[in-house]
Amino acid sequence: MSADMTRFVVRRLLSMLLVLFAVSVLVFLIFNVLPNGDPAVRMAGKIPTETQIEAIREEWGFDEPVYVQYATMMKKLFTGETISYFTQQNVNEEIRKGLPRTFALAVGAAIIWMAVAVALGLYSALRAGRISDRFLNVLALIGISMPVFWLGALLLYYLGYKAGIFPNGGYVEFFDDPVQWFWHLVLPWFALSVLFIGFYSRVLRSDVLETMGEDYVRTARAKGLSERRVLLRHVLRNSLIPIVTLWGLDFGAVLGGGAILTETVFNLQGVGQYAADSIGQLDLPPIMAVTMFGAFFIVIFNTVVDIAYAALDPRIRLEGRPTR
Amino acid sequence: MNARTPLLEVRDLSVSFNTEEGTVPAVDGVDFRLHEGEVLAVVGESGSGKSVTATTLMGLTRGPNATISGSASFEGAELLAAGEEELRRIRGNRMAMIFQDPMSSLDPVYRVGDQIVEQIQAHRDTGSAEARERAIELLDAVGIPDAARRADAYPHELSGGMRQRAMIAMALSLEPSLLIADEPTTALDVTIQAQILRLLEDLNRERGLATILITHDLGVVAEVADRILVMYAGKVVEQGTLDEIFYDPQHPYTWGLLGSLTRLDRPRPKRLPQISGSPPSLLALPQGCPFRPRCPHEFSKCTELPPLEARVAEASGQCDRCWLAPEEKREKRVVGGRIGLEAPTA
Repeated sequence: MSADMTRFVVRRLLSMLLVLFAVSVLVFLIFNVLPNGDPAVRMAGKIPTETQIEAIREEWGFDEPVYVQYATMMKKLFTGETISYFTQQNVNEEIRKGLPRTFALAVGAAIIWMAVAVALGLYSALRAGRISDRFLNVLALIGISMPVFWLGALLLYYLGYKAGIFPNGGYVEFFDDPVQWFWHLVLPWFALSVLFIGFYSRVLRSDVLETMGEDYVRTARAKGLSERRVLLRHVLRNSLIPIVTLWGLDFGAVLGGGAILTETVFNLQGVGQYAADSIGQLDLPPIMAVTMFGAFFIVIFNTVVDIAYAALDPRIRLEGRPTR
Repeated sequence: MNARTPLLEVRDLSVSFNTEEGTVPAVDGVDFRLHEGEVLAVVGESGSGKSVTATTLMGLTRGPNATISGSASFEGAELLAAGEEELRRIRGNRMAMIFQDPMSSLDPVYRVGDQIVEQIQAHRDTGSAEARERAIELLDAVGIPDAARRADAYPHELSGGMRQRAMIAMALSLEPSLLIADEPTTALDVTIQAQILRLLEDLNRERGLATILITHDLGVVAEVADRILVMYAGKVVEQGTLDEIFYDPQHPYTWGLLGSLTRLDRPRPKRLPQISGSPPSLLALPQGCPFRPRCPHEFSKCTELPPLEARVAEASGQCDRCWLAPEEKREKRVVGGRIGLEAPTA
């Protein structure tokens, strides 16, 4: 197992490098062919002279061939010297600042959406076909269809601005004031979780219903186990396998700055919001950095999910070949 | 039969299911008794109600769409009326069941030994180490070599025969007095089938374990059964001892089943004999005898359902549902020098 494991991890790391390389090349090329994307023109101010633009081109190396520019950018990215074209801030520094905020959002929301989705999905499956199940089905559809920016704005307006129960967006450092930290995150957590709860609870519901028809569940009942034990140890345990896979991938995506809308609506100043701001300014260095950062997390969590999958389901071996 | 109190007495058991197409009478008025140490075989085609009868006794068919009536008393408990908790304490403990497909009957995510331990601990206050020891003992007793190591195996790491042995070990873990085996050998290949049957037979003999063996394979029945219940379209059409059913069968359906057995000690027939037609839909049963549309001996009286009663004077409890007189039957059931059902004259 351990030799298999090492081979698996090494192979994953290699493929991760490949993915990151491909992502970086793609993003870089897209920004080079984008209309109105010439950074020198955009940096030069409102009514620049040709000489000013030329000077900027030379200073920032925009006159070099594309592959040289790419190499320079990657070098700076990995040595932490990348500078934003527009704010002149160090990009890695900015991401480091945003990371704890994004992390707090992602971890809290992931716990909430998983816990609530499991509870609702299981309940829904046990009541399949009844009124409460149909009601939850409608609710899930609403949750899936509701755009985060709209829900977030509503929450902020009614619960934040009007009722004054929650702060009107923003973020407080955990070590400055844990209570305020929590209070500021309640609405973002909720807004981000709603979509996932709707989606996950439906997936779990159908998995539970399918598992309940399995022969081994009948065996579990025939063994004289209590209904509770049959449901938790045999039905739920087997139904959780697909959901955990989704969970890992979505968590990786949110951690990698995928919660752009939530972070922006609630002004959390996380990595996602940083990405959104940079895209608005067509600011290539931070976009490159955030994209790489996001891709890194997604690939990492893909690997984590595969390992978790093998741990959850003994029939699956990481190398994809049967034991013995 | 003797006058002892039977271990299991089933009276007028009926089970029907509400489906979108209508109410399906899966089991209709089944009666039988099972004594300690006896092996009762329930035979019939798919859809004859044999599995539903068995799973109903285990309380596994209960549900909002099922209607169950009749009575089934087992060791003084009324199974059909028992509450969930009472039933839970009986099943897996006093009566246990093994299923057709050992591939899917064990939970894939737990080790085989742990699944046995789980059953022991569901009924007894046994420590984990002790329960595990017992599990290994059981696996060893059902002929699994290297039981201590196999206890740590996941189901997918065992062969089909091994898994069925593990299922049997699990069923025996609390020394039940009744074992229900629902087509335990159907999913296995022939050599393994024989091994599993021998195992069941040994258990029956050594432990006095009463067994209900559900099968469509009369070859299996001939090996192990004491008494036989032949079911067709949810009804018992004939019951009797092994010898009665094999040598003096009264119902044409039984003749058909016996006739379709291939025998190695006879010249090979050109075509394998079969019962023509297929079982009726339970949603649209023919009037009278359910076997009537497939029966070449049908006559005017058959539109009325014959009661299940003793029709052979010298028999010891053999009953059947056929209007033909016993003398007529003796003559009509002989096809080509052996018992069988002649092809319908078409």
